[in-house]
Amino acid sequence: MSTEYEAVIGLEIHVQLSTRTKMFCGCELSFGDEPNVHTCPVCLALPGVLPVPNEKAVQYALQIGAALGCELSPVSTFDRKNYFYPDNPKAYQITQATYPFAVNGRLGEVRIHHAHLEEDAAKTIHTGGGGRISGSDASEVDFNRGGTPLVEIVTEPDLRSGAQVREWGQLLRATIRQLGVSDVNMEEGSLRCDANISVRPVGSDELGTKTELKNMNSFRFIERGIEAEVTRQKEVIAAGGEVEQETLHFDPSTGELHSLRSKEEAHDYRYLPEPDLVPVVPSPETLEMAKSSLPELPAARARRYEEIGVSGQAALLLSFEVEWAEYFEGVLEAGTGIDPRVAANWVTGELAAELRRQDDRPLAESKVGPAALATLINMVAEKKISHGSGKSVLEEMVSSGAEPESVVAEQGLEQISDSGELERIVIQAIEDNPKPAEQVRSGNEKAIGALVGAVMKATQGRADGGEVNRLLRQHLGL
Amino acid sequence: MADMQLLAASGAETAAQIAAGEVSADEVLDFWLSRAANDRLNGYLWKSGPESAREGGAPGGPLSGVPIAIKDIFCTEGVPTTAASRILGGYVPPYTATSVSKTAAAGMPMLGKTNMDEFAMGSSNENSAYGACLNPWDTERVPGGSSGGSAAVVAGGLAPWALGTDTGGSIRQPAGFCGIVGLKPTYGAISRYGMIAFASSLDQCGPLTRNVTDAALLLEVLQGRDEMDTTSVGIEGGIKAPTAERLDGMTFGVPRGLIGEGIEAGVLARFEDTLIRIAELGGEIVDIELPHAGHAISAYYVLAPAEASTNLSRYDGVRYGLRSSDEDLLSMYELTREEGFGPEVKRRIMLGTYALSSGYYDAYYGRAQKVRTRIVEDFDSAFAKVDFVVTPTSPTVAFRLGEKTADPWTMYLSDVFTVPISLAGIPAISIPAGLAEPDGGGPELPVGFQIAAPAFSEQKLIEASHALEQAIGFDGSAALEGGAR
Ligand SMILES: [Zn+2]
Repeated sequence: MSTEYEAVIGLEIHVQLSTRTKMFCGCELSFGDEPNVHTCPVCLALPGVLPVPNEKAVQYALQIGAALGCELSPVSTFDRKNYFYPDNPKAYQITQATYPFAVNGRLGEVRIHHAHLEEDAAKTIHTGGGGRISGSDASEVDFNRGGTPLVEIVTEPDLRSGAQVREWGQLLRATIRQLGVSDVNMEEGSLRCDANISVRPVGSDELGTKTELKNMNSFRFIERGIEAEVTRQKEVIAAGGEVEQETLHFDPSTGELHSLRSKEEAHDYRYLPEPDLVPVVPSPETLEMAKSSLPELPAARARRYEEIGVSGQAALLLSFEVEWAEYFEGVLEAGTGIDPRVAANWVTGELAAELRRQDDRPLAESKVGPAALATLINMVAEKKISHGSGKSVLEEMVSSGAEPESVVAEQGLEQISDSGELERIVIQAIEDNPKPAEQVRSGNEKAIGALVGAVMKATQGRADGGEVNRLLRQHLGL
Repeated sequence: MADMQLLAASGAETAAQIAAGEVSADEVLDFWLSRAANDRLNGYLWKSGPESAREGGAPGGPLSGVPIAIKDIFCTEGVPTTAASRILGGYVPPYTATSVSKTAAAGMPMLGKTNMDEFAMGSSNENSAYGACLNPWDTERVPGGSSGGSAAVVAGGLAPWALGTDTGGSIRQPAGFCGIVGLKPTYGAISRYGMIAFASSLDQCGPLTRNVTDAALLLEVLQGRDEMDTTSVGIEGGIKAPTAERLDGMTFGVPRGLIGEGIEAGVLARFEDTLIRIAELGGEIVDIELPHAGHAISAYYVLAPAEASTNLSRYDGVRYGLRSSDEDLLSMYELTREEGFGPEVKRRIMLGTYALSSGYYDAYYGRAQKVRTRIVEDFDSAFAKVDFVVTPTSPTVAFRLGEKTADPWTMYLSDVFTVPISLAGIPAISIPAGLAEPDGGGPELPVGFQIAAPAFSEQKLIEASHALEQAIGFDGSAALEGGAR
């Protein structure tokens, strides 16, 4: 019998903080300017300069630490991570390798090992030769973004699949976005994710040799990259081989994995406590503020929505986007007695689909306010219109911004509430469709569908499905 | 005013003469510029012209008009700053070090940038890429290092006073070799911003002067918290000119265990003389132990090179200074650093890189840090019993050029009394204790006497040094004329 293998995945996530200035100098952080205009002796690492930590960055970092349920360190220190590269002007990066500002947290089902503060590298541009260093005519460095404050979040190896990584990554992104401390935009690089991947026999506690999958710029690619790497590792082991420690790059256009460097080529970063900086010792007030200033975060909001009956999937969707959550709560507020589960389904299902269908409109530009949607939901709940009619009313509301009552009146969609009239139509339908009627009578209950369809057609969908069913069964003698 | 009078005046005396209108600031500056122009010690790597020097000193400052020489390790906007390295040949910084801004704001024109050991690594000034600096007492001998140029120009009458830096003794040892006063303040007393880093946890700026009063005046100008240096805190209460004449009630600890082998007879004799002077002034001499100070040199030569190896990594040919090749990235790094750094700097980069390597960190850097902690504790227990710890500044007088260049370890031992104090981060001063014959004979040369005090007790240190200096009555005039052609 062959052994079953499972994937073990841990993440290292880099979050660029959206402070006004850099981590260790006063240079402004802004996008799209001429190269090297936002520089100074400190961020160019001229001889004799010293770093001065950005207090706002420390505060933002502490907020992230608190949002991830971490213990915030009363004292944290900086270290130098040494390596030569033109985009790293001091030839060392200032980071927190030994005593990070936050440890031992948890977000959802994933434990956080720690989060630390550091500075980002500058940008190297290779001109000619297809933008790669080999074969290029020249390399240039733009230091405008060099020294951007970064928080690196390191998880425990608690993830088991690419899909789980994507979902959890989205939760993390939504959580940090809501703090307002980062743009968390993967395409622009303000959120970057590396994955450490290994496989092991199911049930084993040991960790296999891991590989590192570097810097993918969307959670879709991360999911695909991880799946590709897990498959590769399982195949290596199935073929009797051993996984080798290496750093990999996933090319989403080809779906292939490329080795960036092997274990032998790994850097020795020669960490050294940073002598130019005194330890970060946040005041008790600062620590308290980081914890108490937290907004309701996605995970907590999802829990609260589930408690009032919203289905898991809808609760998660609403929680990730603050504006959708606010819209949803607006619907609940406007519609007295509205069922949260039904409201959530309308918001995340019908409304979201209709907005997407009509020019992919963002929620902020929706012509349908929460109160109007609440009215519509109530009309359906009170059986004034059928669910099917409700959808076509919504379509009109989204397109023209009309009130639901006027759309219903205009299109004559009001449900047939006179049961005498509905009964006449039901009897007529049985007469007009003797064959399915006979089948139902002789025990084939499924055939009733054709009769329901006939009634709905005759009423142009204005009949209540449950009532139609009841009347049909009554007249067919069931 | 006669040139001899200008030459003989201390910084404080010159300031007083200018303030009293006895001499104009222009006269003073012209005199010192002409002295510096005739530098025969190779003390200056760059000399100010009359115009640029005048721009530097703001009028109305407390020390207005008294020019100053600046070690070439301090960045000076628009003025070449090389740290005596080829790798920074022709480098002109776009900003000025905090200490230099402060001397300028106090009204002191900059005379020039002084010679030094490359990146402050050395004890003889022979590691300068721009030639050795000579001792004004005997031009066949070294002035000490790394602030050799600053010490030589002050002792040799090429500047009234100077700024230097001290990492393991780089102010005190050359001050001792040249017969002047050198003060290394407590780590954190003065901003390091704009001082080219050698070993960041040890580097400290300080004055090299003709007497203790001058050192006090300069320290007051320099000390203070700087928001550009988070490790700077300043000295609470500031520093006043000293007035003490006696040492009554003060105790001076002598670490006899440290003062043994390798010390020259003449140096020891002047040291013992000075202890007698202390007793005559009412001070008490007490034997103390610094049990771990004997390991200081070993620990220092792990810690300082470790920090240096990362501090000097930025000299890569990418942004400024020398670029030896741009064939490809690796050869640019390798050739630039191969051609740009001198042998001692390379030796220390190699040492430090090795000490920080994965797998060796605990054995070297980690252990050295532990030794450092023990040394700090040694001084803490000593200062529980005594007010000051005293030693000779160096085990020898100034040695001959080339005498120790072949054997780095002998050279390193030159700092055996200064390094423990650097590791402890505490303030210490070297004052001239008289002259002594070198072992093996020859003309007499200055001997330095080192006094160390608890952290941030500079005022107390300066008062005691002043009283002792008055009693010793050292005469450095023999060297004063020798600096200029
Ligand atoms: Zn900057």
